[in-house]
Amino acid sequence: MLEAQGLCRSFGGLAANRDLSITLVRGEVHALLGPNGAGKSTLINLLSGDLTPDSGRIMFRGRNITALAQHRRAQLGIGRSYQRTNIFPAFTVLENCRLAAQSRRPRAWRVFADAQRDGATRTRAESALARAGLTGRAAMIAGTLSHGEQRQLEIAMVLAADAEVLLLDEPLAGMGADESVRMIVLLKQLRADHAILLVEHDMDAVFELADRVTVMVEGSVLESGPPEQIRASAAVRDAYLGEPMSAQPAALSAEASNGTIASFPR
Amino acid sequence: MHGRIRIAATLLVMAGLIAFPLTDSAFYVELLAKVLILAIFAMSLNVLVGFTGLVSFGHAAYFGIGAYAAALLSPKYDPANLWIVLPGSVLAAAIAAFIIGLFVLRSRGVYFIMVTLAFAQMVYFIFHDGAFAGGSDGVYLNFKPSAAMGAFVPFDLANPRHLCWFVAGLGVSTYVALARLVRSPFGRILAGIRSNEQRMRALGFATFRYKLAAFTVAGAIAGLAGFLYALLYGFVTPELLAWHQSGNVLLTVILGGVGSLAGSVGGALAFVAMAEVFSGWTRHWQLVMGGVIVVVVLFLPGGLAALPLRLRRGFGAGRD
Repeated sequence: MLEAQGLCRSFGGLAANRDLSITLVRGEVHALLGPNGAGKSTLINLLSGDLTPDSGRIMFRGRNITALAQHRRAQLGIGRSYQRTNIFPAFTVLENCRLAAQSRRPRAWRVFADAQRDGATRTRAESALARAGLTGRAAMIAGTLSHGEQRQLEIAMVLAADAEVLLLDEPLAGMGADESVRMIVLLKQLRADHAILLVEHDMDAVFELADRVTVMVEGSVLESGPPEQIRASAAVRDAYLGEPMSAQPAALSAEASNGTIASFPR
Repeated sequence: MHGRIRIAATLLVMAGLIAFPLTDSAFYVELLAKVLILAIFAMSLNVLVGFTGLVSFGHAAYFGIGAYAAALLSPKYDPANLWIVLPGSVLAAAIAAFIIGLFVLRSRGVYFIMVTLAFAQMVYFIFHDGAFAGGSDGVYLNFKPSAAMGAFVPFDLANPRHLCWFVAGLGVSTYVALARLVRSPFGRILAGIRSNEQRMRALGFATFRYKLAAFTVAGAIAGLAGFLYALLYGFVTPELLAWHQSGNVLLTVILGGVGSLAGSVGGALAFVAMAEVFSGWTRHWQLVMGGVIVVVVLFLPGGLAALPLRLRRGFGAGRD
């Protein structure tokens, strides 16, 4: 469904992504592994349109979307969550989802209608909240939710926006055990009718969910294949498990790729 | 309970706006019109500062363009047709805002503030140095436009009371329209942009377009205020576009409360009242006014709009 070929992206002299290729298929969870600074978030940013690649090609349903602006990709059905929770903290939980759902309305230009009375949009927002298990929290201010619930809200927003491709950047990060279990159940449900790219450090979760695993090191693909192959791979064990948390340049690239840079004017 | 207070307040304001111009004092009728014009101007800026999170420091440009359009579109020795010059002036300001918005909205934060200021100064110098509109002397609007529709004349703007009611009617319309706009899907998008623009883009909103629309709407309404100003005073000078004016309206918005329409109206009332009272006391009244604004910003961060809540909670509660 979503296919990237030969993606390259550098920040200054640092190659965060080098000749990366990845394919996402509907009905599959594709997990992305790699040490900090391997370029995982950069890859998500390239696919979502937060960043544009220096070279390479991104195809979505046979259409070249490499040069397409982020909001156009989102409208086509590519949704993402962020490594650092990225919501509208001052709005209610429902309003966060309602705005996401509203993005799918062809005409958001109505100036004098009451936004809260748009039944279809509201229903979509409510059903997304229900799927993410946040129905009881709808009226709360999003910023007051627990960390785990805010992560759930991120997923709910992507669902409310009716995305078919889900690019999830560490959805389990910082979650308690119970919350993780709930999220894993949710992701399993979503797999059936979505193509999911999952960046995650929680190995148990990855091997429980993934249909396909790609391991990245220093911006390039080290190995890609079904989970069993990855588990058995000597190269992966050497590179990933053998190497402790990164040297200086890798830390730098983690900084550059964690999404904050995307908010700078281009 | 809350709803009833709101209805009572609405009725009170409406009654006041209808009754006040009946007073014999031409001075106070003009003063009320002045307050209402500043209120419309401040509400228009609140669309940017409060609703969308865009701090424009060049909003006087659109006010001035509206005022100049009123004067320049009117014939010299005859009253113009109100139903042509009014939309004409608003349109002129809207077009200017649209074109300038195309450029300034590419910048953010402090740069946005500076670029809006720079464009406003360019507009200022066009009118100041250009001969087409009287240069630094400005132009006169010799006759108030006629509201005649064929043989039917609904009101006469040469009558100060009628003019004041006309301004009041447009002020109330602006308030109602913008209050609805905030709650509309479009208004929610603006709020989303203010809160987290990058997230809005990731959700699929073409944020630039919505910001441009907000900028154009704000410019159009500022143009309406400028048009009414030209009607009220009968002359237009480049000083209307100067950066002091942009600063004054920004202060009005902050004084009233960023994001609150009622606050903008209250801020306009407070601003004009303070200018009147303080200038009666001393020649250095702007110093006193500056002091008051500093105090408000420090001790009432939400502006006058936050006052009712603050009084209910008590000032002792401290800042948060």
